[in-house]
Amino acid sequence: MQRNPQLNDKGELQHLLSIEGLPREIVVQILDTAESFVGVTEREVKKVPLLRGKSVFNLFFEPSTRTRTTFEIAAKRLSADVINLNIALSSQTKGESLLDTVANLSAMHADIFVVRHASSGAPFLIARHVKPHEHVVNAGDGRHSHPTQGLLDLFTIRHYKKEFSGLTVAIVGDVLHSRVARSLIHGLTTLGAPEVRVIGPQTLLPAGVEALGVKVFRDMREGLRDCDVVVMLRLQNERMKGALLPSAQEYFKHYGLTSEKLELAKPDAIVMHPGPMNRGVEIDSSVADGPHSVILPQVTFGIAVRMAVMSIVAG
Amino acid sequence: MAKLPEAEKLCEQLAAELRPHITPKTAMIGLYTGGAWLAERLHKLLGLKTPLGLMDIAFYRDDYSARGLKHDPKRTKIPFDVNGAELLLVDDVLYSGRTVRAAMNELFDYGRPESIALVVLADRGGRQLPICAQYCGARVEVPAGQRLRLKREADGRLALALEPVRAA
Repeated sequence: MQRNPQLNDKGELQHLLSIEGLPREIVVQILDTAESFVGVTEREVKKVPLLRGKSVFNLFFEPSTRTRTTFEIAAKRLSADVINLNIALSSQTKGESLLDTVANLSAMHADIFVVRHASSGAPFLIARHVKPHEHVVNAGDGRHSHPTQGLLDLFTIRHYKKEFSGLTVAIVGDVLHSRVARSLIHGLTTLGAPEVRVIGPQTLLPAGVEALGVKVFRDMREGLRDCDVVVMLRLQNERMKGALLPSAQEYFKHYGLTSEKLELAKPDAIVMHPGPMNRGVEIDSSVADGPHSVILPQVTFGIAVRMAVMSIVAG
Repeated sequence: MAKLPEAEKLCEQLAAELRPHITPKTAMIGLYTGGAWLAERLHKLLGLKTPLGLMDIAFYRDDYSARGLKHDPKRTKIPFDVNGAELLLVDDVLYSGRTVRAAMNELFDYGRPESIALVVLADRGGRQLPICAQYCGARVEVPAGQRLRLKREADGRLALALEPVRAA
């Protein structure tokens, strides 16, 4: 059997690359640890000394504001030194290979690499080549995986709904291009959510998505019925060009979340969105800013979840 | 080997010892897990007005690099202002003193207390740091290879117990 690349010989988390393949206990361990870090982020001194003297390199080969910032804040709250590298503008454009970039940073005594890359699998490649004391955290690779987003979504759901058993979760929109959706579906399955639905036009749902254990709905109203959690995905503007969709207006009409459509979900349903939102495309402002929305708490919880991940892998 | 002292009696004894020193500024913090049980008991016996604080020092341990983070750190909750408080820091067993050092480091991230006094049910010696308890229920000798733990029975009664040290 091939060893799980995320775990060490003792079965402890060594790198966080994807939620797929993570044992349930480790997912729960991350969520529980994050819960304790929420306490830290609420105090006056929002810092603990766990990663003092360690260096976290944020390697972003693809632009990101929120994820990079929350990783940076998380690392700083763990007392690590943070180095942000915007590789799109650096050596890679001069022709340096990915592994050479990493080897050079390793020579600068890195402890954790936080990696975002447009190619699926890039963080796995790096994880195979780093030294034993170095750890890799995937901050989003291609269409494949975005595990810390998936974990913060799980954390948010658990925070508001307490238990996963009995929950119906709908994920709406561009599932095809969404690493967020993939990570969340794996997480929900791992934690035993009984019903996960995906809602979207055929052109934006991956072929064979049912194999992930989800129910597919083309009709949003039907799919939202009696949901406890509604996760809206960002419609990436570039999709409009590829003839996958007629127009933003047309998309909003069928798959945009409005207060009226949300009424079909349970009265205490929560609405989530990984950001950045396109108001008036996938979500109406009345919902985004409304009482069901937990979109901003998601961002706050993201810091605690990333603190948990980094302190568990580096420990 | 001598019998272990009775935890329930030690609780009463500690409460009696603490009572004359309680002031309006007194507040209590228990360290998870055993210290939290003891603190809950003492807090009630002394009828303290300030709500009880509970602390998990997982994020302040000095052996993180060697042992990593434990699996289920509890959330530290200090529901009062630490600034100016006369704190009673409560733990079940005092040994190396490292837990107490970590707890003091964490406490100062909440504020600047007027004073901190350490309250323990049992002192088993073996200090590795210059730390001592101001209030100590009993001194207990622990044979090599054993550790002393506080247990809480199903009916809520507290009891000291020896158990073999697990290999790290």
